[in-house]
Amino acid sequence: MKLEHIIHLEHCKLVCAGDKNRTISKVFCCDLLSIAMAKAPANGAWVTVMGNRNTLAVATLADVACIVLAEGAAFDEDTIKQAQKEGIAVLETELPVFDVALKIHEMI
Amino acid sequence: MATHHILNYVVPGDDFTRAGEASSAVKNTLKQLGIDNAAIRKVSIAIYEGEINMVIHAGGGTITVDISDQEVAMILQDKGPGIADISKAMEEGFSTAPDEIRLLGFGAGMGLPNMRKFTDEFNLQSTLGIGTTVTMKVKF
Repeated sequence: MKLEHIIHLEHCKLVCAGDKNRTISKVFCCDLLSIAMAKAPANGAWVTVMGNRNTLAVATLADVACIVLAEGAAFDEDTIKQAQKEGIAVLETELPVFDVALKIHEMI
Repeated sequence: MATHHILNYVVPGDDFTRAGEASSAVKNTLKQLGIDNAAIRKVSIAIYEGEINMVIHAGGGTITVDISDQEVAMILQDKGPGIADISKAMEEGFSTAPDEIRLLGFGAGMGLPNMRKFTDEFNLQSTLGIGTTVTMKVKF
């Protein structure tokens, strides 16, 4: 499934468009950055509540296509600008991690 | 004679948000050199975990990366407090990181174990009051 299909997910706000042509491989949930770094699938949609700069650094290293910040987590403006440079989409939602991950999983 | 690309980085000790600059730069260089993705990921993980460790524990440090056509050799050096019990530090889940680091998603005791797990050679030398040097290799 192309990234452009999940960036319009219900109850999610798109804060960074990323590269719409990327194909999403899998949805992945994790808040511990050392595990995400090792296990997040390339071109995956990564759902986390960790809304800090290091989340983006890990996503970049792991070639994640889309970060979904759940439970109201959010990036600051600089991090969003950097995400745009890296071609990584960012969605923010009030939904719990499982709920939003399930929605994406059902679309893949 | 084999070509070597030598890269040097300084990891600032006071800025957690800049951790990742060295690993990101090395990753881009490896991509440009056409190194395969699995090896790039291993090197990225090893260096990023090292950067994070230097920021959390050592007040920064230096990283030297030597890329040849057969391997990436990395030397991470700091002048921090040193590691009191190296075998304990290598255990998954053992951590001396403060709570504010844990709130950022780190400090779970996975850093050094990840560095060892994702490299083909791993060596750690540490002296209390002097600092820590980690040497690692990822082979192609």
